[in-house]
Amino acid sequence: MSQQWPLWEVFIRTKGGLSHRHVGSVHAADPDMAIRHARDTYTRRMEGVSLWVVPSAAITASDPAQAGPLFEPAADKVYRHPTFYTVPDHIKHI
Amino acid sequence: MYTTELQKQAGVTTAEPAELLAAFEARVAADEFIEPKDWMPDAYRRTLVRQMSQHAHSEVVGMLPEGNWITRAPSLRRKAVLLAKVQDEGGHALYLYSATETLGTSREEMIDALHSGRAKYSTIFNYPTLTWADIGAIGWLVDGAAIMNQVPLQRTSYGPYARAMVRICKEESFHQRQGYEIMMALAVGTPEQKRMAQDALNRWWWPSLMMFGPPDDNSPNSAQSMRWRIKRDTNDQLRQKFVDVTVPQAEAIGLSVPDPDLKWHEDTGHYTFGAIDWEEFYAVVRGEGPVARERMQARRKAWDDGAWVRDAATAHAEKRSRRQAA
Amino acid sequence: MSDQAYFDYLLRLGDDSLVLGQRLGEWCGHAPTLEIDLSLANVALDLIGQATYLLGHAGTVEGAGRDADRLAFHRDALDFRNCLLVEQPNGDFAQTMARQFLFSTYQRLLFQELAGSTDADLAAIAAKAVKEVAYHADLAAGWVVRLGDGTPESHRRMAGGMEWMARFVDELFVMDALETGLHARGLAVDRAGLRPAFDATVAATLAEATLPPLPAHRPVTGGRKGHHTEHLGHLLAPMQHLQRTYPNAVW
Repeated sequence: MSQQWPLWEVFIRTKGGLSHRHVGSVHAADPDMAIRHARDTYTRRMEGVSLWVVPSAAITASDPAQAGPLFEPAADKVYRHPTFYTVPDHIKHI
Repeated sequence: MYTTELQKQAGVTTAEPAELLAAFEARVAADEFIEPKDWMPDAYRRTLVRQMSQHAHSEVVGMLPEGNWITRAPSLRRKAVLLAKVQDEGGHALYLYSATETLGTSREEMIDALHSGRAKYSTIFNYPTLTWADIGAIGWLVDGAAIMNQVPLQRTSYGPYARAMVRICKEESFHQRQGYEIMMALAVGTPEQKRMAQDALNRWWWPSLMMFGPPDDNSPNSAQSMRWRIKRDTNDQLRQKFVDVTVPQAEAIGLSVPDPDLKWHEDTGHYTFGAIDWEEFYAVVRGEGPVARERMQARRKAWDDGAWVRDAATAHAEKRSRRQAA
Repeated sequence: MSDQAYFDYLLRLGDDSLVLGQRLGEWCGHAPTLEIDLSLANVALDLIGQATYLLGHAGTVEGAGRDADRLAFHRDALDFRNCLLVEQPNGDFAQTMARQFLFSTYQRLLFQELAGSTDADLAAIAAKAVKEVAYHADLAAGWVVRLGDGTPESHRRMAGGMEWMARFVDELFVMDALETGLHARGLAVDRAGLRPAFDATVAATLAEATLPPLPAHRPVTGGRKGHHTEHLGHLLAPMQHLQRTYPNAVW
């Protein structure tokens, strides 16, 4: 039969308080194996305290061709940022 | 471990929309990163798949010459270091296969290309490791040459490749040092140890210089690869840099570089060195290296012997999900 | 202060890790997948690390100026004190996993107890190692289950691996006069006392793997007294070759 093991994306939390971050992928036949392979491949130098593995096929990504409509409309919404508002220097804690 | 030595003409095809191509070239020229789902020219994709998979294959095959000495490492410390280093090579292969898979080529396809002889790997691994000193020489020279090739690739244009290279370069930093440390110990050791060290340098020096690939005037697709930031320095530039830093390292431990024409030039701050035997290089590229057969036989055997394990895990996973569904 | 009995006990512990680490090192570059190659190397590295600590400590206890390397590379097969299980050949991946599962399951129980040793140095080594070994045991158990309950071929191979290793299991739990004496001083574990937990884990895993129980076999022993299987000599020959050929060299 020889069917390739599915691909899993690996995410690592490098230390408590930080989010998991994508680091790469491994092949594994099942979730337990995917965790072990991720551990043995990506945390050999104390890179992490927690692991996520996600079947690559389960990830839906945005379409780069749609990057304009998706992300550019946010560019002119400057009023979402605190620096948009003028407050005199002597007003503190705001 | 790494090779740029085998880059061939990518075969430029032109049936692609001019405006997409222009936008792509502009992004690369502006030092932006190209990501997996972005539009890219076919030739770029093919060149990357070939270069990255070759790089991955080189890491995998590169495990064999050094793995040859794991059971014979002369101290517990050396054994652990060597095992960790060879394991790193396997890890680097894995990072690179992962990055290449984002271009739509599966690892299985790449491994099949390696085993059928369609894909190449670094010719340096088709030389044998005859004594313990070879482990020192590989770390010092081969990894030294590899690092020079790899460091610029941390800024290569394809995002997954660049990120893999960042991780690889970080991990490789101990490889060259451990190799040099082995050579240092041998060079101040017994007469037998010194003989091993000098002999290893004699055998590995020229193949190491060949690792940077053919001379620039005979490296046809360099210009395009440089423009695409798949390659960042020319073969001859990197080779010169390697000679300049490595010769003093040899002298510092009392070993002599096996090149009667090697000469230091105070005015330029560079060495000139003897002619490289490119006939030898192309013969090894053709698969005529001394242990090319052993290397491929070992890889195929490992893969074939493992088939039942891979099948069993797949079958078990299927049984388990069927049970869960029931 | 030299304590020959305790020195011998530490050799038993250290040689187990050393010999199994050496065996796993043979896999490097030849495993069924790259990921498995990395896993096996990690286990081997843990074991070589344990051997370095345990043999180093043995050398200190002996007080004759022998360090871990001296003990690893300059003793003859008759002076090795490892159990026979760890020196068994790798065979196929199933045989390697059978050996790993049986040994790590035992070693995990052993180190849990040794973490309470009255020798603070050994207790510290065991407390560190027990986490490593817990991982080895679970990793191997996972493979025993996958291969046992995988394809007909993998089932046959996994059963074969267990069958090969089964005769060396009893030796892991034999208490001799030396260890009984050390146990009374709080230095050694009562091996026999580990057996029920070991049997329970093995039975549960084999059942999950749809494998038959370990076959009954007359125990083959002798490792703790230096009487090994034929395999150890072949393992030591390459391992010790450089050190023995150039006895005064520094590497």
